[in-house]
This record gives sequence, C-alpha cells and structure tokens, in this order.
Amino acid sequence: MNRIIQKLQEPQKLLSIYFTAGYPELNDTVTIIKSLEDNGVDMIEIGLPFSDPLADGPTIQDSSTAALKNGMSSNLLFDQLTNIREIVKIPLIIMGYFNPILQFGVEDFCKKCQEVGIDGLIIPDLPADVYNEHYRHIFEKYGLINIFLITPQTSEERVKFIDGISNGFIYMVSSASVTGSQSGFGNEQEAYFKRIHNMQLKNPQIVGFGIKDKETFTQATQYAKGAIIGSAFIKNLTFNGVNSIELFTKQFKA
Amino acid sequence: MSYNVNEKGYYGEFGGAYIPEMLYPNIEELRQNYLKITAEPSFQEEFHALLKDYVGRPTPLYYAKRLSEKFNTKIYLKREDLNHTGAHKVNNTIGQILLAQRLGKTRIIAETGAGQHGVATATVCALMGIECVVYMGEVDIARQAPNVARMKMLGAKVVPATSGSKTLKDATNEAMRDWINNPVDTHYIVGSVVGPHPYPDMVARFQAVVSEEIKWQLREKEGRSNPDYVMACVGGGSNAAGAFYHYLDEKDVKLIAVEAAGKGVDTGESAATSILGKEGIIHGSKTLLMQTHDGQITEPYSISAGLDYPGVGPMHAHLFKTGRAEFIAITDDDAMTSGLELSQLEGIIPAIETSHALAVFNYKKFKPNDVIVINLSGRGDKDLDTYIKYFKL
Repeated sequence: MNRIIQKLQEPQKLLSIYFTAGYPELNDTVTIIKSLEDNGVDMIEIGLPFSDPLADGPTIQDSSTAALKNGMSSNLLFDQLTNIREIVKIPLIIMGYFNPILQFGVEDFCKKCQEVGIDGLIIPDLPADVYNEHYRHIFEKYGLINIFLITPQTSEERVKFIDGISNGFIYMVSSASVTGSQSGFGNEQEAYFKRIHNMQLKNPQIVGFGIKDKETFTQATQYAKGAIIGSAFIKNLTFNGVNSIELFTKQFKA
Repeated sequence: MSYNVNEKGYYGEFGGAYIPEMLYPNIEELRQNYLKITAEPSFQEEFHALLKDYVGRPTPLYYAKRLSEKFNTKIYLKREDLNHTGAHKVNNTIGQILLAQRLGKTRIIAETGAGQHGVATATVCALMGIECVVYMGEVDIARQAPNVARMKMLGAKVVPATSGSKTLKDATNEAMRDWINNPVDTHYIVGSVVGPHPYPDMVARFQAVVSEEIKWQLREKEGRSNPDYVMACVGGGSNAAGAFYHYLDEKDVKLIAVEAAGKGVDTGESAATSILGKEGIIHGSKTLLMQTHDGQITEPYSISAGLDYPGVGPMHAHLFKTGRAEFIAITDDDAMTSGLELSQLEGIIPAIETSHALAVFNYKKFKPNDVIVINLSGRGDKDLDTYIKYFKL
C-alpha cells in the first residue's frame, strides 16, 4: 500500500513539512529528511526548485534561487535520494513545477520516483483537467499519488471533481495567497475549513499556506487531517540552520 | 489546417492553460466570457469609438518610397507608431479595460518590460478612473526611467519585481502572484499574446484591427487586399499576431516573423526563441521557450527591451513549427543600423523592436513587384537613450 494512504489512516493530526532540495547547502537533502523523521514529522514535501515559481512567495522563491545556484537539478535530487528508503519510512512527496518534469520526461520522472521510493507528487501548475486527460495513467502505472490543490475560490462543483480524481488527500490552500504571506487565520478561513469539512469528501484534507506555529497548526487541523508547513520552516533553516530542526518541530508536537 | 486557436485553447500542440489552481477561477471566468462580451454590440461600439477618437485609428498604411527604391521592391509601413502612447500596445489595453469593466473588476494589474505596455495600461486606467498597479523588473526600472515617470504621471503605482533576474519574466511572475492574492476584484491585463488561454487569443483579437485595416487600405492603394509578405518583429508576439491575424489562412500571403538575435544566435546573448527554444511551459502556456537542459527558464538578451522575452506566444510557436511563417533572427547591430536608415530615408524614427523587422531587407531578396507590409509597431522616442549611446549622437 502507498505510504501516504497508510499514514492517512493513523489517528493523529498529521504534521507535514516542506523544504527546498539543495537549500541551504546542496547536499543537505538527506540530512534534513532524516532529521524530520527522527523528530516525529509525519510526511515530507521535497521541493524541486524552479526558476519561476509562480505560486510561491519570497521565502520559497529565494530558497529556490539559492538551491539552483548551488547546483540542484532533477537528476541530482534523484541521485541524493537513491538510498533514502534504507533510512526513512515516512511518506515522501516531491513538489515541483511542471516544466522541469516535462523536460525530464513525465514517464521517466515518474519511473525514477518509484525507483527511489517517492510516494506522491504535487505539481501546482499541472491543472487537474490536463492531468486527468493526459498523465493520470502514467502516475498510476508507477504507483504515484498526485495531489491537487483547492482554494477558498474553488467552486463546489470543482472541489467535487478534484475529490473524484484524487486518491490520497486534497491540499487545501488556506487563503487566496501565494505561500508564506499569511498572518494568522480569521473567521473567513474557519468558515472555509468548515465548509469543506461539511462536504464530506472521500479524500481527507491537509491544509497548507500560512501555517507557521502551534496556533495556526491547531486552527488548520481543527477540521482537516493535517497541515503543511513550508515558508516558516525554510525561514528557520535560513536563520538557525539544519541543527535547529529538532527545536522547530517540537512546538507542533507539544 | 487552421492556424487559429481551437476550443481548448491550443494552436496545434501549443497553448493551453497550465496554471495553479489559485488562478483557475479567474482564468475560467475570462474563458467563459471573453467571446461573449467582446461580441456584444455595445462593446464593439465603445471599442471602435475609442480606437478612432482616442487612439487615432485607423493608422496610415504608408508607401515608403525611398526605402522601396533602395531595396528595389514595394514596401508599405503600417504606422502603429502613430497610435496614442506610441505603439500598438494600446489596441489591446483598450479592449481589456472595457472587458474588465464589464466583468465588474475595480483594480487592474499589468507586467511590463520596456514600459510600453505599462504606459498603455496606465493610460487606459486613467481614462476609466480605475486603480492601476504595474509590475516591472528592478533592472528595467533603472534602464527605462522615462516610461516609469510616465506611468507615475498617469496615476499608476509601479512595483519593482526583485525576484529572479529582475526583468520582464519576473515582472510577469509578480503580476500573477498579485492575481493569486487578489482573485476577486482584480483583472490582469497581459500585454502580449502569451500566458494561459484565453489570453493569447484575446490579445490577438484586440490586435487584429491592424490586419483588418491593412486589408482595406491595401485594396485602396494596390487594388488587392493581400500583400505578398507581411513582416513583423516578435518578442511575445502581439504586434505580429495583429498584423498576421486576418492573413493566417490566406495561403498566398507569406508571413515573416523577426526575432532578436541579440549579439548573435550562438553567442549566448540572444532572444531568438524559435531557434534557441524548446517546447515547455512558461507563464501558463505550452510553447517554445529558452531554458536549460533541466527545464529552468533562462534569461534572454536583446538591445531592445521589448524583445527579450524567453518565450514566444503559442500562436507563433505553431506558425514556426508548421512552417506557416518564416522566422528570421536579426542582431542588435543590424537592427540599429536599419533604425537609423529608416530615420534618414523616410523621416521616421522607429522603436528598436521594429528596426529588427526593417533589417530583413539586408538578408532576404524580394522581387521588384512584391508588395511587402511591415508592421511599424512603435516609435523610437523611448529608445533615444539607446540610439544616442550606440551612435554617439
């Protein structure tokens, strides 16, 4: 069974962390993944850096630019992950924009993911409709779960469509914003979380964008299965380094 | 084969809408409404009235006698440089502001490279009294100071794009991020035939007035509406799209798209996307773009700030792939020389973008009876600084 689906069956609210591969240093990838697992993180999104990350705010943009400057590439990431399944058991997801994957070759990319033990993909600029029509069979062939985003503006009809073609979880973007631009959740978000919860979708939801501390994590997971922390984690890496991961993750597990 | 867009937003294999879900409602709203709204009689009436009385259309189709003599062929210049704000860009911004109003939008955003589209957007926002925010690369802000000042005078807020290479592609990223953050009240006026469907088709339709006029103007002058060649420079490709539009399916009209070779196609400092580009995704569109082996988008170079876009509109990618249009790359030096030549032969100082199209006469032989229409997309006022430095004037 796919590790994502197994993990979703566990009772706890899931803590998922995003980081950009190749940042702060080129070869930090495995160290960061291992440290996250050791510190009780439930799931990891490994960011494949892109030169033009449309959906990301300045923190993830800057980490992507730095990672590319450090020399990160699709090939190198797969090299770094070659033996990852010997040391890490939690679900690993690659999050990246579509063009680098297209240049690698969608089928080759999926095949590589399966070989190194990646469980799913999040590709923000691959629309659900295009995926469904052209790429779904490839992802399924290699046992990969593709994860789609919904936002507060996504119509009810489209949420149902996305739920229909999803087979893991739905990535629920907390508000109309790029990553890292939130300052806490208000009534509007709560109403949205509740509205989606009440739709009784077949896929659980994990909230992302704007989760930065225990308070926002708790708010986000009141109705959802888990939450993803990205920009706040990258900021912590920037200022406090790889050794600070234990301290950073502790606050969410308390 | 049709060279126009199909129902799903593709030109052959190019186009589509590769956008994050956050932009889906905005793009879907546009896709469902753009044809309906622009076909409404009240829209058409207002659009054409503004083009006539505010922009100054129709622009002349001018027979360039001395230039024709020099190259021993018949050259007509479609004078888009005589439009209000000095380039073809305003045809599109007039169309989109009217569309935005009908969609109930109260805030406009735009990207700009050299500043021409930014000025054209700020202009129509001032005209309609709508808030305007223009994203412009930090590097471009420094080298295009007069256009930044124009936008400010027109009441627009100019926001520097400080990410990536700090030029046009990054300004476009920033505008898209703004739209993600403001999905309800804001319309994004894209400046070229690029971006997710329906933008390439919508912008091409607003620019199509150029070839619509060429048809009847040429009939008056030559007794036929089809020239032998239509020629235009291509960055993203909006002026070429407008000049080609009504000739796409007229097989007797040859289309020539002129790209910026920069310092030379093989120098690593070029913007010749059709030659150097590979199929991929940029700003929500599947098209040809300049990128690394690993799929990272690279920074193009041209002396002309309006041509240094790493992609090209999906319509042009299709015209290139199918051979419907011939693509020619012209260097900085050749473009500059031809800009000076037109100034001295015809008394018209062209934008450096346009100068690239004029330089084709040095490389391609035409017959004495060939009728060639060049889209003179913009005037050279904005480029005076570059001309001054280059020719030490």
